[in-house]
Amino acid sequence: MFNDHNVTYLNNERKHMLELKLAYRNLVGAKLRTVLNVGILSFIYVLIIWHQSLFNGMYGQASQFMIKDDIGGGQYWFEKYDPYDLSLIDDIHGKIPEEIEHLIQHKQAAPILIRPASFFPKGRIQSVLLKGIEPEQTILDIPTTKLGEESGYLPIMVGRLMAKKNFLQDGDTFTIQWRDANGTFDAVEGKIVEIMNSFVPAIDKGQMWVSLDKLQKMSVLEDEATIIVVGKNVKNQKDLSYWTFRNPEYLLQEVTAIVSSKRGGSIVLYMILLFLAMLAIFDTQVLSIFRRRKEIGTLMALGMVRSRIIKLFTLEGALNGILGMMLASLYGAPLLILSEKHGIPLPFKAENAGMALTPRLYSEYSAGLILGTILIVLLTVTFVSYLPSRKISGVNPTEALRGKIS
Amino acid sequence: MALVELENIVKRFPIGIQQGTKGSRYFTALNDISVQIDKGELCAFIGPSGSGKTTLLNIIGSLDAPSEGSATVLGNKVEKLNERQGALLRSKHMGFIFQTYNLLPVYTVYENVEFPLLILNMSEMERNRKVMDALDWVKLTDKKNSRPNQLSGGQSQRVAIARAIVKKPELVLADEPTANLDAENSYNILDTMVMLNKDLETTFIFSTHDEKVIKYLRRKIYLMDGKIVKDERVTT
Repeated sequence: MFNDHNVTYLNNERKHMLELKLAYRNLVGAKLRTVLNVGILSFIYVLIIWHQSLFNGMYGQASQFMIKDDIGGGQYWFEKYDPYDLSLIDDIHGKIPEEIEHLIQHKQAAPILIRPASFFPKGRIQSVLLKGIEPEQTILDIPTTKLGEESGYLPIMVGRLMAKKNFLQDGDTFTIQWRDANGTFDAVEGKIVEIMNSFVPAIDKGQMWVSLDKLQKMSVLEDEATIIVVGKNVKNQKDLSYWTFRNPEYLLQEVTAIVSSKRGGSIVLYMILLFLAMLAIFDTQVLSIFRRRKEIGTLMALGMVRSRIIKLFTLEGALNGILGMMLASLYGAPLLILSEKHGIPLPFKAENAGMALTPRLYSEYSAGLILGTILIVLLTVTFVSYLPSRKISGVNPTEALRGKIS
Repeated sequence: MALVELENIVKRFPIGIQQGTKGSRYFTALNDISVQIDKGELCAFIGPSGSGKTTLLNIIGSLDAPSEGSATVLGNKVEKLNERQGALLRSKHMGFIFQTYNLLPVYTVYENVEFPLLILNMSEMERNRKVMDALDWVKLTDKKNSRPNQLSGGQSQRVAIARAIVKKPELVLADEPTANLDAENSYNILDTMVMLNKDLETTFIFSTHDEKVIKYLRRKIYLMDGKIVKDERVTT
């Protein structure tokens, strides 16, 4: 019945190229509209990836410092120990369990005894927590070696924040007073032998580090500790009697919560920006369909089915997202790399952040972050482009050819 | 068998709600049209505005369906075709020429003419050959890289003709093809279509009220108020 011509028919790949080429040409033809849409979208890509990377960097930095200087591979806490409530710290200590002794001997664990005390810098009185740790320990990356020095003074290490607040310097001496396990008050002259440059406030503020051995003797608490830090390579630790094991995830939950809450707040910002961009894309699509109603009728007359025309217009809108991504990679990639290498200065003092941060925040990227952002933006753009394009399914070709669209 | 067979075609359009009743009001654009058009004819539906010419052309072109009656085009009953079948019929076997050319503004002349072949998923080599043949027929090979906004009215319509005949369809429907052209361009266009009708044996059906076009036709079907009032064949 039909007189088929002697032609070669190819597969569906060529069909998709037709829509892609036409969509691309129409986008380029729209000039300023396309530039604005693509520009906005590229900005959104860069902003979301960069902003999220800062949160990744924040978490990465804080967790890295905390694991290195404070948490290690996890901690055993003596019963009732609560780092946020140290009112009963005087009574929170216990014998180091035998199960952990071999770890300590093989330098895979470091016991820490915590005792309340007072010290008298330049005639003032200040409360402080004395933390006793083995000078030769290698679990935490803090310079404890000098705590083993023998002199007429008690060797003390403080953090830089503690030193700054109390005007302490290397070599300063002062009186330290404490109460031992029997309730007897005693005092000794302490000397600053090390000011450690840690970014972890949890091991710095209000604390002084001394030799474990010396603190145990001072407190009459031989072989006792308050917490025991295990090394990063020590796995599968379980609770022991009187001692509860806290894994790194548990110990980092505050940091996790802080970063999550900041992320949550920023997501509102992204949604607003994305919404505004989608509104622009939507309006562009509506205008495009209205202006090109005759073209839609022509495409139908030439033999294009409605679904293909819908696909064409949807693709046009979605292409904004793809072009936006390409533009973002052009100017965004150098900026993002700079942010990763050189960081940005924190707008506030790092010590006021409530977490372990350096004065500069460095971006951390992941494939998931970049691909996830691209996917979310592209899917949203495609959906928003599809919404007005659906209208074409109800278009009457004869009316469209006359320039009408219902 | 005729290429186009129209039997008792009626086409009504709703124009609003009839006051005092629950029904809609209708305008009858075509009223009991019956006509047969054979292969190779060069004919036209002639009449003033509102006589139903374009509506008839749209039905033959499967862009619209009759309210009553039967329209058989190339062996297919138009009123029974779904969207895909109608699109396939148009893409493979029909060409359209519009009053306002309706070229795709973002494509070059070459790409505009190539477009129907892309819908047919033809190979690049085949497409290139056919497009250049079509441009040669309408004498626009030197303009193949131009955009529609760089062409004159006459040139634009010739591109539209090339697009319509590039796949050598059995049937070309031209809706007022000379309405936006001056006399010289109109005659050029008509000469081209007469030549293609003769060389390719393509059936041309126009809708027109242009006297310049009427002189070229071998068959003139006059319409008035949706009815055929005269069907005149010119013997040469």
